[in-house]
Formats: sequence, C-alpha cells, structure tokens
Amino acid sequence: MRFVYADNAATTAVSPKVVEAMLPYMTKEYGNPSSLYAFGQTAHRAIEKARAQVAGVLNCAPEEIYFTSGGSEADNWAIRGAALLGAKKGKKHIITSKIEHHAVLHTLAKLEKEGFTVTYLDVYENGIVRVEDVRNAITDDTCLVTIMYANNEIGTIQPIKEIGAVCREKGVLFHTDAVQAVGHVRIDVKAENIDMLSLSGHKFHAVKGTGALYCRKGIRFENLIEGGAQEKGRRAGTENVPGIVGLGVAITDMVEHIDENAKKVSALRDKLFEGASKISHSRINGDLEHRLPGNFSMCFEGVEGESLLLYLDEQGVCASSGSACTSGSLDPSHVLLAIGLKHEVAHGSLRLSLGEQNTEEDVDHILEVLPKIIDRLREMSPLWEHIINKENGKE
Amino acid sequence: MEYSEKVMEHFSHPHNVGKIEDANGVGEIGNAKCGDIMKMYLKIEDGIIVDAKFNTYGCASAIATSSMATDMIKGKPVSEALKLTNKAVVEALDGLPAVKIHCSVLAEQAIKAALADYYRRQGIDPEPIVGKIDDEHYDQCPIG
Repeated sequence: MRFVYADNAATTAVSPKVVEAMLPYMTKEYGNPSSLYAFGQTAHRAIEKARAQVAGVLNCAPEEIYFTSGGSEADNWAIRGAALLGAKKGKKHIITSKIEHHAVLHTLAKLEKEGFTVTYLDVYENGIVRVEDVRNAITDDTCLVTIMYANNEIGTIQPIKEIGAVCREKGVLFHTDAVQAVGHVRIDVKAENIDMLSLSGHKFHAVKGTGALYCRKGIRFENLIEGGAQEKGRRAGTENVPGIVGLGVAITDMVEHIDENAKKVSALRDKLFEGASKISHSRINGDLEHRLPGNFSMCFEGVEGESLLLYLDEQGVCASSGSACTSGSLDPSHVLLAIGLKHEVAHGSLRLSLGEQNTEEDVDHILEVLPKIIDRLREMSPLWEHIINKENGKE
Repeated sequence: MEYSEKVMEHFSHPHNVGKIEDANGVGEIGNAKCGDIMKMYLKIEDGIIVDAKFNTYGCASAIATSSMATDMIKGKPVSEALKLTNKAVVEALDGLPAVKIHCSVLAEQAIKAALADYYRRQGIDPEPIVGKIDDEHYDQCPIG
C-alpha cells in the first residue's frame, strides 16, 4: 500500500543533507563549545556558522539569534520576557489573536493569573486578524502584541508587516510565532517590523528539539533558563551542537528553494482542494490567497475527524484533525471555533499539510480514498441522516 | 492515547452496522455538538433480541463500542441486555483510554434507549424496567 505522509505541519523528515552535516558533531567534533581548547572551539565555530545562516535567512544580525529547545521555548521566553519588561514600566496589557498556538495561549493564560490583561482579537471568517483591530486594541498599558505569522491548522498568513508597523508607531513590542512559516514563506524581520520571532527546526527538515528566538538588538529581557553563560548569558545549557548545525543547514536549504517549493507544493494543495471540494457538504477553512503553500483544511459534515483520520491511516495516509476527540479536550479546535464554525462542523475537520517530498501520485491516492471513507462514515452516521432528512423536509 | 487491538479491529471492521427496517425498538443518544451520536435498532421476538444493528457518528471508540455492544446483546434475552454495563463493554474491548470511557456509557445508554422504546411501543412504561435514560448528561459533553 502507498504511504503518504501529509502531516508536515506536525513534523517533517530530517533531510539527508542535514543528517550528513550533523553527524561529525556527534562522534568526531563532540567538544563543548564553551571549552577554550581548540577542540571545543571547533564546535563553537559550528554554532556561530549556524547562527549566521539563520540570521541571513531572516535578515538580522547573528547576535540577534538565540538558539532554544524549540518553538514552544522561544514563545514562552519572548512572551514572558516582554511581559515582565512591560510590568516594570507598569504596563500589563498584552494583545494576541484567538487562533494562536497553545504555546502562546497557555503562556498568556498563566500571565493573566499573574495580573496581566490579555485582549484576544477576532480573526473573522477567513481566519485573518485585522490590522485596525490591533491598532484599536493598543492602550497606554499595552506592553506586547503577539500574533502568529501563519496558523498551524488553517494555514492563514497574517498581515505581519502591517501589524508590526502599527506596533512600531505605538512603541509596543511585537512578537510573532513563525513556527509554521519559517522555511516555507519568505520572512524579513527588518522589513516586516518584527521585534521577536520564534521558529522551530523540525518544521523544516531539521531535528526535533531545535529552535531559535530572534530578538531585536536592544530588547533586553529576563532569562527563562538560568545557568551557564551560553548564548551570551541569555539562554543557559550546553548547546545542542549537532541540532543547531542541522538547523542552520536546513533553513539555508529551504530558503534556497523556497519559490520552487512553494510553487510545487501549492499546486498539489490546490489539486487536493479541487478534488475534495467535489465531496458534498464540505467547506474549505481559512483564506485561499493568504495561505501557507502546503496547508489544506476542510470540514466534511456528518463525519467525525478522528474516525476520518484513522480510516485514512488504514489507507496509508497520515493526516490530522481538529475534532474534540483528536484535540484531547472537551471542544473541537479553538481555531475552527474562532472562524465561526459550529461544533458539529468543526468535529468533521481534516488537515493535510504537504511538503516538497509529496507528489502528484500522493494527491491522487488521497483523492481516491478520501471520498470513499467519507461515504462510508456518512452511511453509518445518524448525524448525516439528520442533515439529509432536514434538507428533505422530513425533520 | 492508544487503542487496544480489539478496539481497532471493531473500528476497522465494525459488526452490525446498518438499520433494521422492521425494528421494534429504536434508541438514539448523544448529540452533534459533543461529536458523537449512537442509534440502536433492535428486533425483539419472544423476549429475545434476534437482531441488533447500529448507526454511529463519532470517534473510533464510539464506533468500536457500538460494534461490541451490539455483538454482546445479539441473540440474548432482553433481561440480559438490560444488565449490560459500559464496564463490560470496555472489558470486552480490552480497555479504552480514560478519555474515551464515555463512549462505552453512550453504547450502554443507547441500548437502554432502544429497549425503552420497545416497551413504550407495547404500552408499557419503560422507566421501572430500564431505568432513567441518561441523555441530558450528554448536553454537557462529559469529555472530548
């Protein structure tokens, strides 16, 4: 049976090039970058090379990049840091959106318990924050605006540059969780007025447990992790040298091919949309124009997402859903509810996230099995029966 | 969260899927907002459940518990079906993840709802026999 990995927003395969670049730093050049002898300095130089690579991609200075254990740490650090910085000036208001990743939302929820006020901006039906809403929400007490670059579930890309401009004008720090965007869309932190940006290596073919925070020079907030003097004393812990080396290679490689990748991947995604839209009682979630190249998100009425993705799994397709059962909570995904979907529609959501390695054949396979699975589930679904009966005036 | 092999078997190849056109006991439980609805069809003759079928909208464990629960009551006297507990269904499936236990409650309640309907059709008040059907419970979605 064909195996189709269509969950690249969850994680990606580490590329052979990345593995090759990492290997020497495990068994041969295993020195501690903090050691002064030459053997340690070889590892140190490798980290600095990776830092320059990441900085080059984001258009910032290498000293503005801090390596972390991943996107969640970067989010926690930036938000908590900026919040405490604000609190020192008596500013305890933060603005965010309703569709952020939990690394952001849960950090903010904790800050609320500590006395901060948070405004959660609506995203409307298309899943996009309105710049004017950001402007209107900023008060004299606002210390931070944190809006994700691109959404992990519905793929919408936010007007980052414009939001950043408003923040600059108002003198408020601006952080963006760009975990889903880095390596897939071009980002320029200078041109886009970004003060802080979180990224995660395993979303673009580096290894899990790697990430970085870009923090604009001059923004000086408290550490999240205390200890040794690594990362200029701002992030303690012996560096994950092979992981960081891999992250540098991965991000460089992604950006070298970013346009051709986007073209290829979005064409596959559009074919998926076209095919899957033929299924009755379905809807596309998010915005078709301002969207990550690989993101496909749809809802199919009368079916439940977990069953859908487990039947897809039986057909070799790895997918994801925002149903309550898959989110492990009471409600379906907060993102799908934020764009105005009813619970019962959100339960029937399917996310496919494509990568450069996916092929036309992969898409054909998905489009062959998906309608059959939905038919099968609908055939045994009392909810589907209610939907059809209502339409026929029988209920 | 991981499902037992038994759950996956009943999910992949559920038994007793469908409707019974001449069913004499039909019960539906759950709601769309929660993400699961079970509808049970029973054909009862001389106090024996000669056939049982289901339609379920829900996650893998909802489908698997419907399949197992209908298996467990098919061919059995009504008196035995009345004693079917969610715990027995869970055990027969070699366990369910903690967050999915409510699916088994749903299966038990759906069978009771179908039996209640069977009694009602005969002009018998089902409550003293079947007990109270716990449907309101699901308006609050006990769990995901």
